Amino acid sequence: MASTHSVRAARPRSTGVANLAVRTPYYVLTGALAIIFLFPLFWAAIRSVSPQAGTAQVHGWGLGNYDTLTHYQAGIWQYVLNSFIVSGLTVVFTLAVSLLGGYAFARFAFPGKNVLFMLTLAILMVPYATLLIPLYVLLDRIGLQNSLLGLSLVLTLFQLPFATFMMRISFESVPKELEEAALVDGCGTLKALVRVLVHAVRPGLVTVGLFAFLAAWNDFITPLVLISDSTKLPLPVAVANLRAQVMGVIDYGATEAGVVVLALPCIVLFILLQRQYVRGFMSGALKG
Amino acid sequence: MSVQSPTTHSASPSPPGTVSVLKPRRHGLSRRRRAAGWAYAAPTAAFVVVFFVLPLLLVTQMSVSDWGLFNGDQGLNAPHNFTAAVDQRLFWPAVRFTIEYTVVTTVILIGCALGLALVVQESTRWTGLLRTAILVPSALGLASASLLFYALYSPDSGPFGQVMQDLGISNGPVSFLGTPGHALWSTVALIVWRYAGFYMLLLLVALQGISADVYEAAEIDGAGRWKRFRHITLPLIRPSLALCTILCVTGSLLAFDQFYILTKGGPDNSTLTIVQLVYNAAFQGRNDLGLAAALSITVLAALLVLNIGQFRWLRGKEN
Repeated sequence: MASTHSVRAARPRSTGVANLAVRTPYYVLTGALAIIFLFPLFWAAIRSVSPQAGTAQVHGWGLGNYDTLTHYQAGIWQYVLNSFIVSGLTVVFTLAVSLLGGYAFARFAFPGKNVLFMLTLAILMVPYATLLIPLYVLLDRIGLQNSLLGLSLVLTLFQLPFATFMMRISFESVPKELEEAALVDGCGTLKALVRVLVHAVRPGLVTVGLFAFLAAWNDFITPLVLISDSTKLPLPVAVANLRAQVMGVIDYGATEAGVVVLALPCIVLFILLQRQYVRGFMSGALKG
Repeated sequence: MSVQSPTTHSASPSPPGTVSVLKPRRHGLSRRRRAAGWAYAAPTAAFVVVFFVLPLLLVTQMSVSDWGLFNGDQGLNAPHNFTAAVDQRLFWPAVRFTIEYTVVTTVILIGCALGLALVVQESTRWTGLLRTAILVPSALGLASASLLFYALYSPDSGPFGQVMQDLGISNGPVSFLGTPGHALWSTVALIVWRYAGFYMLLLLVALQGISADVYEAAEIDGAGRWKRFRHITLPLIRPSLALCTILCVTGSLLAFDQFYILTKGGPDNSTLTIVQLVYNAAFQGRNDLGLAAALSITVLAALLVLNIGQFRWLRGKEN
């Protein structure tokens, strides 16, 4: 992004009234674009608290639809908690595994290194469905079926290709001298990692953590297949199930409120960490 | 590893000032580093073996076995699952629809993303805001976005029906998901909304890698806007366009969430995708994990062939 400034600055620019006449349609058109992309989000937020027939909020504005959510089966808080547990565990596992793995791939030579790295990237090539069918059986055998821990282990696996790749290039961009200085100072490789290197790769860790959180929070088909106990469902599946609650009649108000609860943490995180989000793409685009 | 475990981490390297001591120990040091490397890679290896390699072996075994959802492994029955998978009434319609959906989505989505990237490529405060607005939907999950559009498209709750009636475009409630054609295009609109920012960003990186000098030289040579785009921009961003296409094709071929939530494969199974077929074989009605495994192995094989083809084609173009 650093090189983006002044790409067009060298060109002559028309000024004054002519400029305004040329630029106005541009602002109108691009403004319309922005509205198209933002409209559904604002619509859902407003609709979830506005009066609507067939919902819990028939007269006047209010939080009736959110009230419906708190009374739906195990209650929305249980599902929010499930989602936070799954996302939290996935983030922790992904960070731990990819921090150590990235260090190993970037800084050590060991037999089988390339095979293991290619195998990790190959996870990307295999459709979720192809893995979920046997994982359903496998997790049952090791007693992790229908558990939030099992779900987050599988979600961690899906994150590993990106996370390992990202952490490998993060470690590779740290000057070798930094590690060598720590080793000369009497640190073992583990101490060098914990005391020195982990700070140098922190931006990579933030990006990996953000992507892991968003992916785990939003994943749909994995819990749909692996979790059958309705009190252990994460939020997306719970909200999708809620639509079909009342026979034939869909409570759109509750659905819209559910979408708001689902989307809010993602949008807040995205706005706060937009730079890290964009960096994740750049590394993929440049090296991919 | 256990052979030298007591010394792996605890043995401190020579104190500063005695560097020469390192030399004779070099062999031992590199062996120790090898072991350390393996130790750091061990968690990755454990994950990959337990949750990736083993499941791949298991799904292969399942695909040639009579394997029910509730009664488990009932022994080999090859190649029954594969013939049963292809003989399903809905197999070829699903293949057809998945390919149709993939082509339509890829063309429209990449086209929109390229257009958007061209619009926001200048770096001003305004385009910065635009980029953020276009990117926000990509923070949502596909399932959340599908639920949102499900409400948006509903004749009861959605805003479009009334507007279109008021404008005289339609004289009844508009059905966005009621006919096969409408359902396809409504889903494509959802996907464009959710993913346009993602692909725009990938293309933007490529656009900004093109030096302004190239454009200026072309301008001096009298090349118009379209010619500059056609003969400079497009060829220079082709690697990124290719990457976007591969990602979009793969993602669309494996479409599930959006159809599961928006249409459930309807109306009349007209929007059933391959992955939905896999899911239905395993968990809805048929409860046949062997059949689902055979189907998903077929999908995996098709995807591998396609991706190898795409990479070959890309490499050929580069040379």
